[in-house]
Amino acid sequence: MAQVLVQSLHKAFPDGTVAVHELDLAIGDGELFVMLGPSGCGKTTTLRIVAGLEQQTSGRIMIGDEDVSARRPSERDIAMVFQFYALYPHMTCRDNMAFPLRAAGRPEAEVKRAVDEAARMLQLEPYLDRRPTRLSGGEQQRVALGRAMVRSPKAFLMDEPLTNLDAELRADMRVEVKHLQERLGTTMLYVTHDQVEAMALGHRIAILNQGRLEQLGTPMEVYDRPATMFAARFIGSPPMNLIEAEVSDGVLTANGGLAIKAPDGLARGAKLVAGVRPERLAISEAGDGVRGRIVSREALGDENIYVVDSPAGQLHVRTPPTVRFPEEHIVTVAHQGAAPPVYDPETEKAVGR
Amino acid sequence: MSSAIVASGISKAWGEVQALKDLELDVPEGSFFVLLGPSGAGKTTTLRVIAGLERPDSGTVRLDGIDATTAQPAARDLAMVFQSYALYPKKTAFENIASPLLARRLPKSEIAERIAQVAALLRIERLMERKPAQMSGGEQQRVALGRALVRDPRAFLMDEPLTNLDLKLRVEMRTELTRIHRSLGRTFLYVTNDQVEAMSMGDQVAILRAGTVQQVGKPEEVYDHPATKWVATFVGSPRMNMLDCSVAADQIRGQGWSLPNPGFATQDGSPAVLGVRSEDLSLQRREESAQLAGKVYAVEPLGDRTLVDIEIGSQRFVVKADPTASYKLGEPVVASVDLDRVHLFDAGTETAVARG
Repeated sequence: MAQVLVQSLHKAFPDGTVAVHELDLAIGDGELFVMLGPSGCGKTTTLRIVAGLEQQTSGRIMIGDEDVSARRPSERDIAMVFQFYALYPHMTCRDNMAFPLRAAGRPEAEVKRAVDEAARMLQLEPYLDRRPTRLSGGEQQRVALGRAMVRSPKAFLMDEPLTNLDAELRADMRVEVKHLQERLGTTMLYVTHDQVEAMALGHRIAILNQGRLEQLGTPMEVYDRPATMFAARFIGSPPMNLIEAEVSDGVLTANGGLAIKAPDGLARGAKLVAGVRPERLAISEAGDGVRGRIVSREALGDENIYVVDSPAGQLHVRTPPTVRFPEEHIVTVAHQGAAPPVYDPETEKAVGR
Repeated sequence: MSSAIVASGISKAWGEVQALKDLELDVPEGSFFVLLGPSGAGKTTTLRVIAGLERPDSGTVRLDGIDATTAQPAARDLAMVFQSYALYPKKTAFENIASPLLARRLPKSEIAERIAQVAALLRIERLMERKPAQMSGGEQQRVALGRALVRDPRAFLMDEPLTNLDLKLRVEMRTELTRIHRSLGRTFLYVTNDQVEAMSMGDQVAILRAGTVQQVGKPEEVYDHPATKWVATFVGSPRMNMLDCSVAADQIRGQGWSLPNPGFATQDGSPAVLGVRSEDLSLQRREESAQLAGKVYAVEPLGDRTLVDIEIGSQRFVVKADPTASYKLGEPVVASVDLDRVHLFDAGTETAVARG
């Protein structure tokens, strides 16, 4: 395994659109690094350039200590994993897993050894002689994972491998990928548009927007302190409440009297946007806070999500399942806990800290 | 509360395949009633039988107490909303919404008035002159909804209407649909395979599996007291942890673990499955509590919580932990179990075992 460096990567298409703007990323040896963003943000283009499937306009790709920018995909010693339906349906799982090694002309004894080893790691032994069509979606995904894992490349590149699975299988596979990566210490560059997947899997997450790096950080950094309003909206469901407020003595006050603890060092009278997670708001019958009307209550079993129309905006509040108010009820919403991140409404970037 | 829709003893086969088996449904007047199940469970067939688009092989459909089993679809006064919006591409939103009224030859002024009301309710006034191609998926779905609402039917039948929307829009539309339901006060019968939609919107949820109703109840009843192992794993995310065990009067024993029996009444030594939700487990040490010891398999930080996957023998379970929880792969951990909230299912019948 090895580190992967993306240096000043730029990609412009002939029609003038720029998919990737001067991007710099350093993926550590043994790191599971996630590129997250909406479609068109440049994450897949970046991955494809690292793989050598697409040519950059300028910039450099380093894998290990080697500059691979001009090399063919097959000469980069990386493995690319696409969605599971890329398995060959007419071949057994064993032959599917052996395919990349045989294609590389490895001796049959080595192929067998590598496939057996990968099957053992992924607990795929019972399925080796079956065809993919006779396996469940999750088993097929594990075979696809196994096919990539039979090789020991310098890095794995994963392009939304879980997208086509149903929610339950996706959650199962997420755990398998995470466990396996951790156990084998593989370097993995993983692309997804699913923020839950990014949070669950990544050691670090790079949030991309229109070909530029919006934020780079650990899952908790990205969740607790989004660097921009774009990142704030993109991570978390229901999304972070973005509340317009004015700074006074240590407090950000929003319309209707919602008081939010202010971070230090903000100019008095400044009009800013506070980013407050739904679990940092509390709902009560009366007391300090902003009055609002409950538009909807989603009882999800382990928690309730309330949507409250208030002078401070439409607020999402996450509560324990035992906190119960009926819809249309008038309640008070208050902020609790530490000072949230705060954004400049013009630049949409975090201010302070 | 009176019943808006009652389906009793409905069976329907497609050749060899029995789509519905003796299905029973009782949809209260004015409720937001969700039919939840995986694909192939018979949800859409049920809806189509109620709408009159399919004839059942046996059984009856009653609408407001009157037998409608053989009534024509148009005579049933029900409006359907599908996941495909099926809008006329060359007509504006206004014309699309007006189409069911034009067929009824209502005066122009009344049509305009009813459309204005619907547009206000759906907050789509500014879209009225646009054609479908000029609207987002969410906006098109609202217009399709408007076309159903403007008919003012006795009940709305909705077949996975949010499926084609992205996550953010889906979350928004959930709130919208409950608001619209409240302001109309009409019966909604809503089909989905998404348990979050069912939990978040439904007053009542009927869980369908292989053509029969497994359980009916309020979302929290179904979540807190699942009647079968299947319902227990289908509702809730992450799904309920299931550990094989055998039960004695004083103890529940599994592979490499045991817990005090909190009062489940079964025969000694009978094989069973212990069900425990991830939020009813804790990694914070408590003295003298019921515990499961295992090794960390994976850790997934999700922001507001962290899911910790734990291996116990050859089985696994998930614990919902604090957002800041940090564990290493393979690290030994002990999870405390809230015994008041565990479930037990018979290994043979897979039905919930009652507490004595």
